[in-house]
Amino acid sequence: MDGINGLITGFGVALTPMNLLWCLVGTTLGTAIGVLPGLGPALTIALLLPITFKVEPQAAFILFAGIYYGAMYGGSTTSILLNTPGESSSIVTSMEGNKMARNGRAGAALATAAIGSFVAGTIGTLGIAFLAPVVVDWALKFGPAEYFALMILAFTTVSAVLGSSAVRGLTALFFGIWLGLIGIDLQTGQARFTFGVQELFDGINVIVVAVGLFAVGETLYNAATYKNSETKITPLKGSLLMTKLEWKRSIGPWIRGTLFGFPIGAMPAGGAEIPTFLSYYTEKKLTKYPEEFGTTGAIEGVAGPEAANNASAAGVLVPMLTLGLPTSATAAIMLSAFQSYGINPGPLLLQTQPALVWGLIASLFIGNVMLLVLNLPLIGLWVKMLQIPAPLLYAGILVFATIGTYGISQSYIDLILLYVVGIIGYLMRRYDFPTAPVIIGMILGPLAEQNFRQAMTISAGDWTVFFTRPLSLTIIVIAVSLVIVPKIYSMAKESQRRQSLAR
Amino acid sequence: MISRRHFVAGMAGAGALAAGLGPQAAQAQTVDLLKMFIPAAPGGGWDQTGRSIEAVLRATGAVNGVQITNVPGAGGAVGLPQFLNNWRGQGNSLMVAGMVMVGSLIANKSPLKITQTVPIARLTGEFLALAVPTASPFKDAKDFVAALKADPTKVPVAGGSAGGSDHIMLGMIAKAAGVPAARVSYVAFAGGGPAMAALLGAQVAAGVSGYGEFAEQVKAGKLRVLAISADKRQDGIDAPTLKEQGIDVELFNWRGVFAPPGVSDADRAAMVAMISKMAATPQWAEVCKQRDWTQITLAGDAYKTFLDAEVTRIEGILKDLGLA
Repeated sequence: MDGINGLITGFGVALTPMNLLWCLVGTTLGTAIGVLPGLGPALTIALLLPITFKVEPQAAFILFAGIYYGAMYGGSTTSILLNTPGESSSIVTSMEGNKMARNGRAGAALATAAIGSFVAGTIGTLGIAFLAPVVVDWALKFGPAEYFALMILAFTTVSAVLGSSAVRGLTALFFGIWLGLIGIDLQTGQARFTFGVQELFDGINVIVVAVGLFAVGETLYNAATYKNSETKITPLKGSLLMTKLEWKRSIGPWIRGTLFGFPIGAMPAGGAEIPTFLSYYTEKKLTKYPEEFGTTGAIEGVAGPEAANNASAAGVLVPMLTLGLPTSATAAIMLSAFQSYGINPGPLLLQTQPALVWGLIASLFIGNVMLLVLNLPLIGLWVKMLQIPAPLLYAGILVFATIGTYGISQSYIDLILLYVVGIIGYLMRRYDFPTAPVIIGMILGPLAEQNFRQAMTISAGDWTVFFTRPLSLTIIVIAVSLVIVPKIYSMAKESQRRQSLAR
Repeated sequence: MISRRHFVAGMAGAGALAAGLGPQAAQAQTVDLLKMFIPAAPGGGWDQTGRSIEAVLRATGAVNGVQITNVPGAGGAVGLPQFLNNWRGQGNSLMVAGMVMVGSLIANKSPLKITQTVPIARLTGEFLALAVPTASPFKDAKDFVAALKADPTKVPVAGGSAGGSDHIMLGMIAKAAGVPAARVSYVAFAGGGPAMAALLGAQVAAGVSGYGEFAEQVKAGKLRVLAISADKRQDGIDAPTLKEQGIDVELFNWRGVFAPPGVSDADRAAMVAMISKMAATPQWAEVCKQRDWTQITLAGDAYKTFLDAEVTRIEGILKDLGLA
């Protein structure tokens, strides 16, 4: 069955009143859990698994897909308003988004996130419908060597957030890499840097660190400098939603973010974070308003990463629906839902269950529209939250961060970590260390390490593997030139200037 | 709580078991609240086992309510201390765990042992399979073993985390073939998806996983199963066992239930009776069929004997792999 016919079948399944209702329930629930801290789509779907005993498979998957996409929409809300990202893929959103919110552009940031998610979700879903087999063939060409090369490329993006002092920025990066290494090593099963604390065996959750550094650290900083503080929150400046200029500035990032997000999301070990880093880096390099990045907040830095994470959410469904491979926690739980219906998800899923798969894809389109309609009117309400006086707002953020962290694992160890990291975050801000490199190091460090070691095991210790495999070599060349070319360019300019001066 | 009535019923159950009448003869009564401790995240194998037990117990009226607590982390090594300490002596509670926990505790050098719990029953097992991409030169397990003997570093094998069931199985195959287990080229992946992708993309020479994970790929002609680790040929699976091919390895990734330490003999007997009865219901058989779990019920003392032997066996193989 080709894409068009498939979609016709799918819309036939998804557009029944009952299934539309399930889609609405799913998207609403998804938005809610995206906004609430500590509850992610994987956990919510897992808790709803018993529903598979009661309802038709189509209805259950439409519900689950709604939750999945809805959580991606909702996740940006707290990042932008409160600087407390609910999942690792929306950490980058908070970097520019929260700055915009403090400068009266919360409405625009939320709008570009919602519309960007819609654009990326729709393009991504089209990608699932028409490109899935091609994309998946290509994604399987990525072995550990290629992933390692991709990590090197992603590491170059850290240069966009190093701040004024490279030493300080790199210190923060290595601190993050160290945090990422804590826990049991996948390749040997041995515990590293856990100091005998069993709760650290599974490593530290990057969300705890992000919320600690961003939300708690900043709250402490503002409390410490409250009397002579110049950081004021402007609830709203200009129009509630996006201006014409903001629209214009968003369209490019939406498209580019989608182009990063979808293919990397479709890679079995790609994930949702790397495309958000790549998108942020690209937008910062391409923008006509570089002075807004890290100061008043640049809309490109919200539009791009938000599109990237939603497109990657669509990408994750590609290996799941075409090969039966779960490449994220949510996908793994959706696959176990297939099994409760006695359906074995695999490469033949599309042939054996066309109505189910196409119904799911069609409901993703419908869900996207519902989410946009659901989220845009809420923006006015969210923005009002920023009118709360600063001391109360910050107290609220602390409560929210604490509950959210406890909600992730119900472990007091995470709460201790949250506040220890919060104090570190305060000190970093006080002494002018950038915090974003910590997060990048923590996410990329362990991924790079594991892929490097997997590649070395496969090649029996031959390190040239990274240069003899064409795909890996290509990515490394791109990464190296991203670092070197601007240097050569500025050196050439400098010598040209000197020559013209000498003349 | 288990009331006096259940206490009596439990004693009757224990008597029946001791007399060799089998679990069906035991008259387990309704338990008001069963507390289940799952040392893994929602959605995984132990969680699915726990929730399936819940569904069957409720459907057959054996319990009125079930309360499930998930404490995920490190193959159960994070949850076990909580179960041993905080749940001590609670006669109405059960932990769902299995072979993976045995391995993880040893590999993590945990001071705790699964034998500190009170074993109630082994319920299900999934045998593992050794698979290769269809284009692979390996036609059967003998080819694979021959390559392994020639140079183990040239045969990278993908599977789940180090020290887990997949790694243990590869270690056992190597050992049976006379290759030092520590020399095998094992590539650990986080989760079944990335491991399967590496195998489908022919990034590795072979892969080890539960047979169920390979089944659909085999049907679609993308993978070939060289051998399964079951004790005998399985209906509907066109693959020989390792033993048939002269490799003396048999391995089930088993899952079972455990009571916390300090429960009374009566509570233990009541639990053994209730779970044994559940495992004999048609509803349970249906769940196992749907999920591709092989029913390998073993309750009470026999389970304890099995567990002791299993811990010794796995400790040995992990030592050979250089992990313990």
